[in-house]
Amino acid sequence: MIITVLSGKGGTGKTTVATNLAWVLSQSRKVQLLDADVEEPNDHLFLPPQIEETEPVEMLLPQVDQKACIKCGKCAKVCQFGAISVFKTGVMVFDSLCHGCGACALVCPKNAITEVPKAIGEVKSGKVHERINFSMGILNIGEPSGVKVIRKLKEKIDPSADIVIVDAPPGTSCPVVEALRGSDFALLVTEPTPFGLHDLQMAVELVSEMGIKAGIVVNRDSRGYESVERFSEESDIPILMRIPYDPQIAELYSRGILFSSHLPQWKVEFERLFEKIREMVEA
Amino acid sequence: MIQVAIVSGKGGTGKTTLSAALNLLFEDNVIADCDVDAPNLHLIFQPIKQRSYDYYGGKKAVIDYSKCTSCGVCEKFCRFDAVRRDGDKIVIDPFACEGCGVCVLKCPFEAVKLVESKAGEYYESLASVAQRPMVHAKLKAGEETSGGLVAEVRKTALKFEESGKQLVIIDGAPGIGCPATSSIVGVSYVVIVTEPTVSGLHDLQRIVETVRHYRRNFGVVINKSTINPEKRDEILRYAEKEGIVILGEIPFDPTVNTATINGKSILEYPESPAARSIVRIYEKLKEILKI
Ligand code: SF4
Ligand code: SF4
Repeated sequence: MIITVLSGKGGTGKTTVATNLAWVLSQSRKVQLLDADVEEPNDHLFLPPQIEETEPVEMLLPQVDQKACIKCGKCAKVCQFGAISVFKTGVMVFDSLCHGCGACALVCPKNAITEVPKAIGEVKSGKVHERINFSMGILNIGEPSGVKVIRKLKEKIDPSADIVIVDAPPGTSCPVVEALRGSDFALLVTEPTPFGLHDLQMAVELVSEMGIKAGIVVNRDSRGYESVERFSEESDIPILMRIPYDPQIAELYSRGILFSSHLPQWKVEFERLFEKIREMVEA
Repeated sequence: MIQVAIVSGKGGTGKTTLSAALNLLFEDNVIADCDVDAPNLHLIFQPIKQRSYDYYGGKKAVIDYSKCTSCGVCEKFCRFDAVRRDGDKIVIDPFACEGCGVCVLKCPFEAVKLVESKAGEYYESLASVAQRPMVHAKLKAGEETSGGLVAEVRKTALKFEESGKQLVIIDGAPGIGCPATSSIVGVSYVVIVTEPTVSGLHDLQRIVETVRHYRRNFGVVINKSTINPEKRDEILRYAEKEGIVILGEIPFDPTVNTATINGKSILEYPESPAARSIVRIYEKLKEILKI
């Protein structure tokens, strides 16, 4: 079963939920944790892995043989991203705009364009302990999009794992879609504030468009704001767990410690959360 | 025009709280919400939309089934896994399609074309709370081109120079990818918000590298600085070693949560420790920016 943990926005406790859930479930099952928050991966700080393998993630960038080029301009015309320009003096490729689609090489009448791989990030894999396999994607600084890194990371999904937990990037844009693709369940982490609700609504819009079942975890729960409840009822996305606002949890987090490993009642809570998810997925 | 961007390597560090407050404190500025994936400033400023613009991020491939023979050539050439076979039909996944047009080029039956797709909207508004211009946006869920939309928001904010505005305060996009860098290229000054946690320090180092990559002047604000004194000291040591300006610290203050729940800026609680420290940060910023 693949569970993707997401939140309309960062900082709502997505990493906390993903790592605690992975750790609790791994007490009796084979778990795989994938950190797909490739711009700022953090799971490894809470569940330090032994990294056994590092693979580069590459994309193909066009390289122009200026001697073979006749400056016909076909490559620049076909490029949808304005990533290649033809000047009197030669052809220039703007790496940061290029999507690596290969259209320019396909249309060049002189075969003047070859595509060469360039590293844009990496995927590191290893084990946290016997029952947690771990992989994380890391986007290189200065690279515009983590989608390819996430795609490569998701190739790591191990069908023999009992549960795969994907920690998605924040937001609701393209990298999140990539992280969610193929998931059985979306666990939406939110906090009970107008910001949290607004971002939750956007996340719900996305998962319903993608046809993925979903449930909510309310983090930093405190009284005084009921709109998340109302939204849950109206949209038929159940609230599966509440983590109260608790200075002790915040303090453990700031030190990189999983609260479920220190506060035993939370083991039960996370097991219960998983049971509810399983019921919904199997329904 | 002076442009100040408030960013954080990651969401949830208190970026919106700080940028809402700074937007209120600077008197005659333009408010720009560049966190287009998850915009939140409008919840505080209650903008009244005056003009909306459609944003076309890019194109998407569309198949004309009266011509398609399901030969699958497009599937072979697509590098983004956006073309799939569904039974004997070839379908394009609009979420995965990057609109590059390789399928259009390779289709032997001219059955595919690229069509413009609306990726979101952006607005010129009047913030009813602060009575000043505000530019903000909404990206459709699942769209990728948020960097482009950020650029549109910034461009629109700059238009107010004609009406005498000298300053734009940008609530930047989180992360270090395209929307985040789109929020900081070319700005006059970057304010990085961090928090004293294990992950906060890690994210801070990545965003500092990113801001340096784009050669911007910047300073750091430590939010919730009292939750972990050890980590706070670690951040200070890191800053000192790297020669990074600390603009100020905001202590952990439950009033921030109260303000957030009520959809208000922390400045509406002027006696709170958080509001007081933000005012000091504002004064320091004014000195640095010489305004
Ligand atoms: S299509 Fe080929 S020959 Fe024509 S300008 Fe581009 S690189 Fe040169
Ligand atoms: S590979 Fe695609 S995106 Fe890159 S320059 Fe060529 S046509 Fe443009």
